[in-house]
Amino acid sequence: MKPRHRRFVWIGAGVVVLAAAAALVLNAFQSNLVFFFSPTDVAENRAPQGRAFRIGGLVEEKSVARAPDGLTVRFNVTDTGKTIPVVYTGILPDLFKEGKGVVAQGKIGPDGVFHATEVLAKHDENYMPPEAAAAIGQANSRAAMDKAAKTLKQ
Amino acid sequence: MIPELGHFALILALLLAGLLGTLPLIGAHRGIGAWTALARPLAAGQFLFIAFAFGCLAYSFVNNDFSVLNVATNSNSQLPLQYRIAATWGSHEGSMLLWVFMLGAWTVAVALKSRHLPDEMVARVLGVMGLVALGFLLFLLLTSNPFDRLFPPAADGRDLNPLLQDPGMVFHPPLLYMGYVGFSVAFAFAIAALIGGRLDATWARWSRPWTTLAWSFLTCGIMLGSWWAYYELGWGGWWFWDPVENASFMPWLIGTALIHSLAVTEKRGTFKAWTVLLAICAFSLSLLGTFLVRSGVLTSVHAFATDPRRGVFILAFLALVIGGSLVLFAMRAPKVSGGGRFEAVSRETMLLANNVLLIAAAGSVLLGTLYPLFLDALNLGKISVGPPYFDTVFVPLMTPLVFLMGVGPLARWKQATLPDLWQRIRWALAVSLVTALLLPFAAGTWKPMVSFGLLLAAWIVTTTVVNIRERGRGVRGGIVAQLARQPNSYWGMIVAHLGIAVFIIGVTMVKGYETERDVRMSVGDKVTVGGFTLRFDGTSETRGPNYRAARGSFDVSRNGQHVTTQFPEKRVYNAGGMPMTEAAIENMLTGDLYVSLGEAVDGGAWSVRVYHKPFVTWIWAGCLLMALGGLLALSDRRYRVAMRREAGVAGGAAARG
Repeated sequence: MKPRHRRFVWIGAGVVVLAAAAALVLNAFQSNLVFFFSPTDVAENRAPQGRAFRIGGLVEEKSVARAPDGLTVRFNVTDTGKTIPVVYTGILPDLFKEGKGVVAQGKIGPDGVFHATEVLAKHDENYMPPEAAAAIGQANSRAAMDKAAKTLKQ
Repeated sequence: MIPELGHFALILALLLAGLLGTLPLIGAHRGIGAWTALARPLAAGQFLFIAFAFGCLAYSFVNNDFSVLNVATNSNSQLPLQYRIAATWGSHEGSMLLWVFMLGAWTVAVALKSRHLPDEMVARVLGVMGLVALGFLLFLLLTSNPFDRLFPPAADGRDLNPLLQDPGMVFHPPLLYMGYVGFSVAFAFAIAALIGGRLDATWARWSRPWTTLAWSFLTCGIMLGSWWAYYELGWGGWWFWDPVENASFMPWLIGTALIHSLAVTEKRGTFKAWTVLLAICAFSLSLLGTFLVRSGVLTSVHAFATDPRRGVFILAFLALVIGGSLVLFAMRAPKVSGGGRFEAVSRETMLLANNVLLIAAAGSVLLGTLYPLFLDALNLGKISVGPPYFDTVFVPLMTPLVFLMGVGPLARWKQATLPDLWQRIRWALAVSLVTALLLPFAAGTWKPMVSFGLLLAAWIVTTTVVNIRERGRGVRGGIVAQLARQPNSYWGMIVAHLGIAVFIIGVTMVKGYETERDVRMSVGDKVTVGGFTLRFDGTSETRGPNYRAARGSFDVSRNGQHVTTQFPEKRVYNAGGMPMTEAAIENMLTGDLYVSLGEAVDGGAWSVRVYHKPFVTWIWAGCLLMALGGLLALSDRRYRVAMRREAGVAGGAAARG
């Protein structure tokens, strides 16, 4: 092979490897992205059925109830607008508390209850999970807009 | 008074960094000897002032000076001394000061250990590092002054985050930063070579030990972080593919590629431009990691937008460093490329493939880390890219890499032949296959992924044995004498590669055979995991220096024989009232028994996590071996001999001139 041909072979091999890696990455990406929805999104049926996603918001006050087995917990997640019931079996993170922010990952069941497989921990008391903060922010701005719309109508 | 002195010292360090970043570079360019000679004293002065500032901050923490904002928000009078010291780098401001401190230390180390290098080269390397220090000192002083006062002073501090009150956290940030910042040396050498137009095997030999050292520190730092997450976060995970972890993992991947490509540049004089590009990338990713972790962009893109000063500063600095060095690279690289030729089957080719795979891996981590941020920033929705993505991408990329790890060191430089290689590795392959097929039965159940993981590990071990045997075959003396003649850098490679094998065994066994059980336990209840039976004996109240805790007691037995008693704790810290789980972990060579308390349910019962993690310690043992391999390679005689010889030549030249 002439050096020039060899260089082409090299570049070709590199492109093949990169293409394979890219295909791999995109495929993995497609099937492993977890989307985030707020309780309002879920209430308006914008969340997917049968696919895992994340919800976030505040744990509603006085909504945490423990089943007799000691491990199954039911609670409501709210973005101050809408509320979704959540059920989770397992041990909750240290900083899980009523009135505090929470993010849960799981699927919505046919009963309309969110079956969480994972409840995410926060690292510090003052830190609000970004998704939870966003959900509440959206709900608040929506409420403000509704109010404004109503005022206009009147 | 002390904090003001620290602040003042930082300003002086900034001025010295400004001088260091200009005069020696101009001096080297124009050939002004007096200016080039300034590099070393300026580096020393800059370090002294930074160290002084760092000492001032540590002093304020140790003496509970709550009139300093940073101390008031991150410490508390009840905090034990060792954590008050660690709290110095527990906050944003403090950790940036640590960053700069490390940079100063690396700069001064280069200044001291470069007596054998040409003065121009030293001036350029130190000058580039001075410019980097200038950027970070400006960042500290303009956006995150660690010495800001609080008026009126707080009566007591808000306490260090309890998660950080841990021996692992005392050492994790310094080691990690040693690694991160250490890549600035490789970067400075690369830039200096581009400016000076000198890029040859000698240059690679100068920059190689620094890169290896930084890489070893980074390996240890990442290992400590992973270990800390395992025992401190209370649920037994050891790697989460969290953006903060990815931020340190990307420079590690590129750093690993860089170490290998430097080897080629030193031994064969090829891959020059490529090596320089990798050095630039490794440091750029270190900066990117700093940006991701320090700008607050991970917590929330929008929080970042509301207080963008810090983020924008680092982003601008990042753009300047990456853009500037890439422009320089584009201008100068064509002049420095070239070198020895090699065939399609050769060690060079395999190392090139190693590089491509590592870069692809780093690229996929980068994508998974940044993509959610981009979407969020553009208001296209919130997503998260979870561990499954990284797992599915990593296994196929790492498999050929491990394969090459076995063949590469056996292949000859320049030209190797496949039949010859096949001849030498077929036994290794056969032994690995048999081991991989049979060994899982010893563990109980045969699983395809376990078998596959063990195949990779066995492949590394067997090819390493082949390699050592071949090296031991010599004309003079027996195998021991012949092996004793092998340089330390050879043994460094062997140890580091075996470290990968140990690491793979750990990961494979944990993923394949771990048992995780979340159970509700009343006093006297028993649960069995991994052959061990645990009996819950209730909890009692205890007190620590700055917390109260419920302390559980678990009696562990195996086949009716008492093994040990484990005491996990549920703590509540006095200062913030923050609860924290302290797991009890029984370390054994073949696996850990991991118990942590969930929460009190009713009537003295608790929800409890009981995990059995087979071979999990092997994961960190593997990382330690890799770092050890790096240090071993560093101690190679060749570097010292070369240093002395070059110093002799330089001295002779000076005497003649």
